[in-house]
Amino acid sequence: MSPAEIRAAVIDILETIAPDEDLSNLDDAKEFRDQMELDSMDFLDIVMELRKRYRVQVPEEDYENLVSMASTVSYLEPKMADIPAE
Amino acid sequence: MYDSIIIGAGMSGLAAGIRAAYYDQKVCVLERHYTIGGLNSFYRLRGRNYDVGLHAVTNFTPPGAKKGPFARLLRQLRMKWDDFGLSPQLMSSISFPGIELQFDNNIDLLRSEVSKEFPQQIDNFDKLIASLIDYDDLEQKHFEVSTRERLQEIITDPLLVEMILCPIMWYGNPREKDMDWGQFCIMFRSLFLEGFARPFDGVRLILKKLVRKFRELGGELKLRTGVSQIKIDNGRAVGVVLDSGEELSGNNILSSAGAVETFKLCDSDEQLHAHTTGQLSFVEAISTLDKYPRELGHNKTIVFFNDSETFHWERPTDDFCDVRTGVVCTPNNYCYDEKDGDLPEGVMRVTALADYERWRAVDQSDYQSQKQSWFDQVQASAARFVPDYRPHVIDTDMFTPHTIHRFTWHENGAVYGATRKWLDGKTDINNLFLCGTDQGFVGIIGSIVSGISMANQHLLARS
Repeated sequence: MSPAEIRAAVIDILETIAPDEDLSNLDDAKEFRDQMELDSMDFLDIVMELRKRYRVQVPEEDYENLVSMASTVSYLEPKMADIPAE
Repeated sequence: MYDSIIIGAGMSGLAAGIRAAYYDQKVCVLERHYTIGGLNSFYRLRGRNYDVGLHAVTNFTPPGAKKGPFARLLRQLRMKWDDFGLSPQLMSSISFPGIELQFDNNIDLLRSEVSKEFPQQIDNFDKLIASLIDYDDLEQKHFEVSTRERLQEIITDPLLVEMILCPIMWYGNPREKDMDWGQFCIMFRSLFLEGFARPFDGVRLILKKLVRKFRELGGELKLRTGVSQIKIDNGRAVGVVLDSGEELSGNNILSSAGAVETFKLCDSDEQLHAHTTGQLSFVEAISTLDKYPRELGHNKTIVFFNDSETFHWERPTDDFCDVRTGVVCTPNNYCYDEKDGDLPEGVMRVTALADYERWRAVDQSDYQSQKQSWFDQVQASAARFVPDYRPHVIDTDMFTPHTIHRFTWHENGAVYGATRKWLDGKTDINNLFLCGTDQGFVGIIGSIVSGISMANQHLLARS
């Protein structure tokens, strides 16, 4: 998956987790929690959805990489490079 | 071999099951009763539908709200606001002799009532709200601080303290006399800052939605399947023995059976926790009327009443029931959709404190006559605070602490469970966790959130 495809995959996950959020104006550089109503349970769901959908494991010590879209995509890039886009 | 075995198909067990199944676990929910719901169940009698438990779904927030437990559980269960079919309350009250505080789902009404009846206290009342609005401290030590002491520091009129405590203790305090401050804060928000609502079809609607979701995700629900023992190997829970003798093994076990009830299944250190067994149980006198309550001039959803200036929240010691305080619930009095109209008949439900031990020990023939006698006393007590509906009663039913124990297996028929809570859901046994009432959240939304968060922490995060 390319970075753009990974970003689209994360957007899709966020839409599943928080269907009421408008993600069209999401600022990739800003932290998710400053732009969306996401609590720790929702964050866990990003990790769980990545595992469920793409078999990508994110160990607990790496959770800090998932704070914003930009950091999430760059963290996931090596892990998801070999996954074919849908 | 299951990834997760969940004991109890109530709100918390089903919600936990949905979370585990959604993330592809092999999971089963085991329920001893022949139906779902646990403490929030339902039944049909002489052609009429009854709810057990549910007076009002607390924690109500309107569609689109992103904060609060209800919004959180919808996200976590991937459900829609409409799935719960909630209609908000009309208006409720806290009624003491000669004084009443009305409230609805907007805190402004309660504030204006407090400033009208207790003009000296309104600033203190605002201070109270400010002190608990962001309360998020689930640290056991801080959670267990005395509510009475905290309230007396903030509110200087003892009558107002009693009037605030009455509805909050009624809707979720497992302890006698005093209450854990953490529990108080959670309950205050769920009653007054969020609010009351009810699905037109009652609690069965929510339960059926949860079960359907659980099954669609591949979860197994086994009714009439009681657990007689939790198998432990080297300090680690490894499976369960069913009442039938059959054994199931699982990586994790999450129990909503209650804390003491769960420890009993482990034959281990139950004595260690026996003193935490809850003492508070209830009777409820349910009447079907030949008129709608509003036709009798009754427009309130819930009335919390108390017949003196002091509110006594304790197990009755010298009789079967204590009817000095009670709750009158009128399921007709919600803002239902026009397409639904009103319920088919008028219904009044009155709940009072009761002594489990007396109701358990009484013999079968006397049980019926005690029930009749206390039905009348409970209704008579309520008739002091709501229009007297007794001439209009066409059908009745009543549950006692004995009924609660018989269908939920909760010790003492204690609806709000043990007097201490296991906030992190952990037990002394590895891989055995608690959810539901004894984990710490009560009410329908609270129990669902309990199931979700315990599943997240213990069934999913470590798998």
